[in-house]
Amino acid sequence: MCGIVGLFLKNEALHAQLGALFKPMLVEMTSRGPDSAGVAIYRDPVADHETKFSLAHDDPAHDWDSLTQALADALRGQASVTQRDTTALLITDSDETQVRHWLAEHAPAVRLVGSGQSVEIYKETGLPEAVYRRFDLEGAAGQHMIGHTRMATESAVTTAGSHPFATGADLCLVHNGSLSNHNRLREQLKRKGVTFGSENDSEVAAAYLTWKLRNGVPLKQALQDALEELDGFFTFCVGTRDGFAVLRDPIACKHAVLAETDDWVAMATEYRAIATLPGSDRARIWEPKPATVYSWGAQGLDIEATDAPPSTVVPARRRAAAGGLH
Amino acid sequence: MNAQVESGGAASSANTLDLQAQGLREVNRTLHQACAQAVDGGNRTHWSVTHPLGQHAIACGLDQALAVDIQGHVGFYCAGMNQHAEVTVHGHAGVGVAENMMSGLVRVKGNASQSAGATGHGGLLVIEGDASSRCGISMKGIDIVVGGSVGHMSGFMAQLGHLVICGDAGEALGDSIYEAKLYVRGSVESLGADCIEKPMSDEHRATLAELLRRADIDADPAEFRRYGSARKLYHFDIDKAADY
Repeated sequence: MCGIVGLFLKNEALHAQLGALFKPMLVEMTSRGPDSAGVAIYRDPVADHETKFSLAHDDPAHDWDSLTQALADALRGQASVTQRDTTALLITDSDETQVRHWLAEHAPAVRLVGSGQSVEIYKETGLPEAVYRRFDLEGAAGQHMIGHTRMATESAVTTAGSHPFATGADLCLVHNGSLSNHNRLREQLKRKGVTFGSENDSEVAAAYLTWKLRNGVPLKQALQDALEELDGFFTFCVGTRDGFAVLRDPIACKHAVLAETDDWVAMATEYRAIATLPGSDRARIWEPKPATVYSWGAQGLDIEATDAPPSTVVPARRRAAAGGLH
Repeated sequence: MNAQVESGGAASSANTLDLQAQGLREVNRTLHQACAQAVDGGNRTHWSVTHPLGQHAIACGLDQALAVDIQGHVGFYCAGMNQHAEVTVHGHAGVGVAENMMSGLVRVKGNASQSAGATGHGGLLVIEGDASSRCGISMKGIDIVVGGSVGHMSGFMAQLGHLVICGDAGEALGDSIYEAKLYVRGSVESLGADCIEKPMSDEHRATLAELLRRADIDADPAEFRRYGSARKLYHFDIDKAADY
């Protein structure tokens, strides 16, 4: 099961309503994933010399101010923090890698769930509506969001096992499906120095993309490589600084639907999540093809942003679906 | 296909059910009650369902000759198990439309998602737009006419009935097919295991013409090719054990 949703607002006049428009989409997917929920929202970009970190701690009463002060003192930089329930946004001008290392050493109970210029990742266990309320997202403004409702199959119901998973600066992944070669792939990635925070199969997909991107592979190519190297079934939605990308495995047994109007582009596991959007009954609606990368506004993908879906389609190598299903 | 929600089906003379206001269960309960009353000669047989909002299992399990017009896009399994009723979706349909249909007519004015008409035993399913993958999977006597194209693995293990595709077919058409007959006007990306092209006789053209007439789809039967089972796979053959 699991449900995934993405919303990209083309009409700037709607940006103030992003959180309000996104909420019913996520909540509609509750029956597909009542265990946990999470979203990535892209908003309030920090200055070029700064980085925004999404940090999480199991205790909502965690002393983020002291942590932030200690980090600023140790790294001799500026740092500020804003707390939302179990998540805190840390903005600092210190070097990103140094921050990561400092946190790992001095605050091992803090999970670094995302980083970049504008991305904020919020996720928790519980019903999607409750999670959304905890992080005060209904009034959120911005251009785009992706989200996930989880019904755990491959690993435990924990906050760390919830989606989205960060895959690099301002990049994150939500996944519907399950991977069958995640244990082997996790071991291979560990040997290459990639670290993991859960036993979750989707985290392995995210780590795989992270590793590819870290080695200079463009996101589009990394997604196409994923078609070859990830065994299992999946629909991915990848959030980027400028938009989002969608990819289904070659057999495409996990549902996915895309819709577009002059005002927005939406992606969901099921159309009923999109039906909540204004103008959905007049939207152009289609099902993404298997093994094909779709993207909007994603300059980081090295794909031309366009509002005409056929030209945003990047066909990847198709594997014959026949023969494997007997 | 750019099927937008259109209002249709003489909604003004129909009894209207607003799914957004009444909820899915109430809509289906009302339709089932109408089926029960129709047995006694009740005349509330034409229904219009508004604001379907992509919800699942709308108008499932109808077993009398109601006419139901659904004014918008529907979710999964719409009109599943249908018997005798005529259900029209004035929009797109999600996964498994008319799944396990027994008889009657289900018409989708837009596109249909995966597994349209899966396991259907009878009746006619018309998809005026495109259908996604696995259209007619394991069909057992249903007739399916698709105005556009179908995705991969369509007609997988299709046992009986006709699948008419006025556009193109995706890869692995008719994989492991039994005795269903497939007619394709456009190109076939690839044929699945044990599916072969077969000659078109006058008898086949007549059958096809009648299916297109019933589906109210304008296409020339002479432009179609026929595909079916080579019958090599479903009889166990030790020499082909590796293929199973």
